[in-house]
Amino acid sequence: MAKLPVNLTVNGDEHDLLIEPRKTLLAVLRDTVGLTGTKEGCSTGDCGACTVIVDGKAVTSCMVLGVTASGKEITTIEGLASDGELHPVQQAFINTGGYQCGFCTPGFIMASKALIDENPDRTEEEFRHALGGNICRCTGYTKILEAVLKAAEEIRTTA
Amino acid sequence: MKSFEFYEPTTLAEASRLFAEEHAQLLAGGTDIIIGMKALTETPETVISLQKIPGLTGITTDSDSINIGAMTKVREVELSADIQQHHTALAEGAAEIGSIQIRNLATIGGNIAHASPAADTVAGLLVADAQVDIASADGERSVPIDKLFTGPGQTVLTPGEIITRFRLPSPASCSHYIKHKLREVMDLAFIGRAAAVILDNGTITDARIGLAAVAPTPIRAVEAEDLLNGNAPTAELLEQAGEAAAAGCSPISDLRCSAEHRREMVDVLTRRTLQYALERASA
Repeated sequence: MAKLPVNLTVNGDEHDLLIEPRKTLLAVLRDTVGLTGTKEGCSTGDCGACTVIVDGKAVTSCMVLGVTASGKEITTIEGLASDGELHPVQQAFINTGGYQCGFCTPGFIMASKALIDENPDRTEEEFRHALGGNICRCTGYTKILEAVLKAAEEIRTTA
Repeated sequence: MKSFEFYEPTTLAEASRLFAEEHAQLLAGGTDIIIGMKALTETPETVISLQKIPGLTGITTDSDSINIGAMTKVREVELSADIQQHHTALAEGAAEIGSIQIRNLATIGGNIAHASPAADTVAGLLVADAQVDIASADGERSVPIDKLFTGPGQTVLTPGEIITRFRLPSPASCSHYIKHKLREVMDLAFIGRAAAVILDNGTITDARIGLAAVAPTPIRAVEAEDLLNGNAPTAELLEQAGEAAAAGCSPISDLRCSAEHRREMVDVLTRRTLQYALERASA
């Protein structure tokens, strides 16, 4: 089918694009917008590597058609830092070493940011459960969880 | 994914007209259909998004029912205070679907229209005695949820018909959902089941048991419900109800578990969900 006009706001920047309806939001972000921080893992919604935030909600971008994201506000891992300062969740992942190969990290950070925005007061068990849609094959999750809890604490105390 | 024509109609009539054509596919949250399209098990020629049609989202309460728009995200159903309080099994079932990222996309209408016998919201809707509102270019009709399904992936919906809303009548009873599964999250149910009971002076006046993933369609355990109604909830009675529910289902063996195990667990979990629902009803 012919390409359709799509207006995406990604990390605050508007993009007027022409995209094929069959392209997922993930493919549009990576191949058309050129932001490759968002990763494609399983491509079936199981691993969470492609997590981005759409209108404030964390979603798996491999399960969204790019055309249906028209007019929506999208935040990717590239949009978290501001004025050269990393977001507290990013900084916490670095400080605790919450990553090894790094492939799942953008997805984990975006999912964690959305969870903390929604409610930073979750217990460790609640964060662990809420991050069940993100898979890491390196770390064993201990350091990731430590990073998320530290970030939540920091955001709680500075809020 | 194969190419397709994409439409975003703004009225139900237009969506219905497009959907009545051959090889047409509705797009709600996309979490089932987009995966199928990538795997080429689904190859629609037209895809019709319901996203731009007003009035299909949100949870509203009126004097005799709680109404859930078909395009309401599963995450919203899970977190709704009204659903949590009055239709607990539905909120608990919604919370069992995939991950938060998936529940932020998936819709309750999609979960039901997909007609998987293992859908996590279906047992809660069964015990809520939900009415399914359906619209097409020809008009509207309503079907009770236990009459909607005809087989795995099959419903009574005719070409062009679109689920618009679920109406959950009040007064609601106390209900509970258990998903029997391997992983804590992101898993399909071996068995999903919900029980709801209304207790009046220690007697069960209205017992409803909904079962998923133990028959070609989601079912109510009618024999077990009949045993319970009009009686006091004794341990012996719950045991008989569990056995009746197990005898009334027709599970399959698949790679998730065997039919024998499913049947045994229907017995156990019927007693357990009833126990929880009764505790909630007497609290």
